[in-house]
Amino acid sequence: MTPTDSLSRASSRRAGRRSLAGTLERVLPRLVVAPSLAVALFFVYGYMLWTFILSLTGSRMLPQYNFVGLEQYARLFANERWHVAATNLVVFGGLFIAICLVLGLALAIFLDQRIRQEGALRTIYLYPMALSLIVTGVVWRWLLNPSLGIEALVQSWGFENFRFDWLVDPDMAIYTLVIAAVWQASGFVMALFLAGLRGIDDSLFKAAALDGASLPRVYWRIVLPCLRPVVFSAVMILAHIAIKSFDLVMALTGGGPGYATDLPATFMYAHTFTRGQIGLGSASAIMMLCGVLAILIPYLYSELRERKHG
Amino acid sequence: MSALEIRNVRKTFGDTEVLKEISLAIDSGEFLILVGPSGCGKSTLMNAIAGLEPVTAGEIHIGGEDVTWRTPAERDIAMVFQSYALYPSMTVRQNIAFGLEMRKVPKAERDQAVERVADLLQISQLLDRKPSQLSGGQRQRVAMGRALAREPQIYLFDEPLSNLDAKLRVEMRTEIKKLHQRLGTTIVYVTHDQIEAMTLADRIAIMRDGHILQLGTPDEVYNDPADMFVAGFMGSPAMNFLSASLEGGPGEYRVRVETEGAQAPLVLPWPVERETEALASQVGRPVTLGLRPEHFSEEDERLGDQAEGTRFEATTTVVEPTGADTLLQVRLSGVEATVRLGPKSRIKAGDRIALRVDMSRAVLFSTEDESRLA
Repeated sequence: MTPTDSLSRASSRRAGRRSLAGTLERVLPRLVVAPSLAVALFFVYGYMLWTFILSLTGSRMLPQYNFVGLEQYARLFANERWHVAATNLVVFGGLFIAICLVLGLALAIFLDQRIRQEGALRTIYLYPMALSLIVTGVVWRWLLNPSLGIEALVQSWGFENFRFDWLVDPDMAIYTLVIAAVWQASGFVMALFLAGLRGIDDSLFKAAALDGASLPRVYWRIVLPCLRPVVFSAVMILAHIAIKSFDLVMALTGGGPGYATDLPATFMYAHTFTRGQIGLGSASAIMMLCGVLAILIPYLYSELRERKHG
Repeated sequence: MSALEIRNVRKTFGDTEVLKEISLAIDSGEFLILVGPSGCGKSTLMNAIAGLEPVTAGEIHIGGEDVTWRTPAERDIAMVFQSYALYPSMTVRQNIAFGLEMRKVPKAERDQAVERVADLLQISQLLDRKPSQLSGGQRQRVAMGRALAREPQIYLFDEPLSNLDAKLRVEMRTEIKKLHQRLGTTIVYVTHDQIEAMTLADRIAIMRDGHILQLGTPDEVYNDPADMFVAGFMGSPAMNFLSASLEGGPGEYRVRVETEGAQAPLVLPWPVERETEALASQVGRPVTLGLRPEHFSEEDERLGDQAEGTRFEATTTVVEPTGADTLLQVRLSGVEATVRLGPKSRIKAGDRIALRVDMSRAVLFSTEDESRLA
């Protein structure tokens, strides 16, 4: 073997080792994310697909694969209880989002006036978010229970005619859900708005003061338009909380009285798991997915477009 | 009648006194610059003039009226901010018209004002854009346009050029100066940049620790500084401060500066016409001699003893050609002194060179309290 030979072989071995390290460096990140990606693909998107397939079948107690086309969707839209659930979602979601936004914005504006003890107040308002919706539901169930809670308390103060029995009134029960959900989420919306307000240049307020704008005007004309992205994010988050709402209903009203406070999520649960209507339940689940996508896709579209315009 | 008069204004935040008995007055059409290092109170003073911060004591008069307790909107002023503070959700047109709209000016008049201002600042083609679509210089113009649209009595500029890059800053500086000359507006302008102050101002107020140290024309504050701080703050490169001692007596004062190594000390005769009463008490005591870089010149051998000033030799340590001038660092009196020479100078670092110093514009300070002696 000539010295040149061994030299070139050594260098080629070194090159080989280098390329192995290079390959590893390239592949390692993918290797690390692969398990979680696989899990997400299977358990989220796989089951989504399975639910969709089931919604096209006549499954009742157990999954069956006797395809019936869109019949389950036809049954769903003919179902009185689904109509109640869908209407409830509109009422609950609309009020919940609107009240949370108004309340959250108001709290944020007040907290932004450089008040004392702001940190403590912020924590107090934000704290309900730390509770599980189940806990919120149970607490408000007791508070709203006519014979235990607020009504009983006020009556014991001597106001015998005081009535606050929304929880057991089929026409009003849906509003108790709004009260509890607003209590839970408005602090969070406040935090979002507060962060947005803190991002606004102080000199904007000064400039507006010199221009002669009153404080409400400043907020309406200058600050709120700056907060539009925050409003958008808040609506997104609140809307999906509203559509997913299940635990709160279960803990607070259990869907009752009757099915007066059914939401699509509780409708889906009841039909899929307790009433042996897997096909119908799956169809309602797919309709909820469509609802989420109807909100999400325009949002993603506008976000991505904005990024491109950068 | 003065356009703006400030009488004994004080401002405290808790225990800290930010403004200590500030008084000044400027005439209509005057360009006043408040300059000083950060924390000197210049921005607080500007906010007090604008009405954004209430004063603790004292009075502020604008156009002869006491406005001390009026809101910013009622003071007939406009302000240009360092961050421009353009309303992000409005177009340039709406930004400029907003102040007029808030004052319930009819739409037709507002449009006229916008057109006038846009022509003046050459931003007509930008009127329908949002601030986020503008460059820094364009935003600056819009911010000025917003101030100009209202035609107030006084314009306040709060470090308006600090966010621009160096080239644009010089351009906008010239632009502001032109605008002031053309419109004859009264301007109060805050900056920490002494070059901006020198180039723009009719009068400069140099502030430090809540006091106005000196209020004067650029020429006065540059050539006749009130104390060592003002002398060191104005001018770039800064004035050289040399430890020296005072000798002689009336009519023949001499400033003695020790030079490096075994050299004979430099004895500089103090010009008779610049003698002051204060000098007598300082004879034999340490003083600080202030010489600007341009007070030095290269020895011209052809002139020989005919040349003005005192000749001395020194070793250069650093040579910094700037194109227009050459700046040298020379060792003198235990400190490095900066010397400004013409661009043709061929001196290299380490060279031993002969210089002449012109004492006719030198200034002398007390080493103890930094006050001006002569």
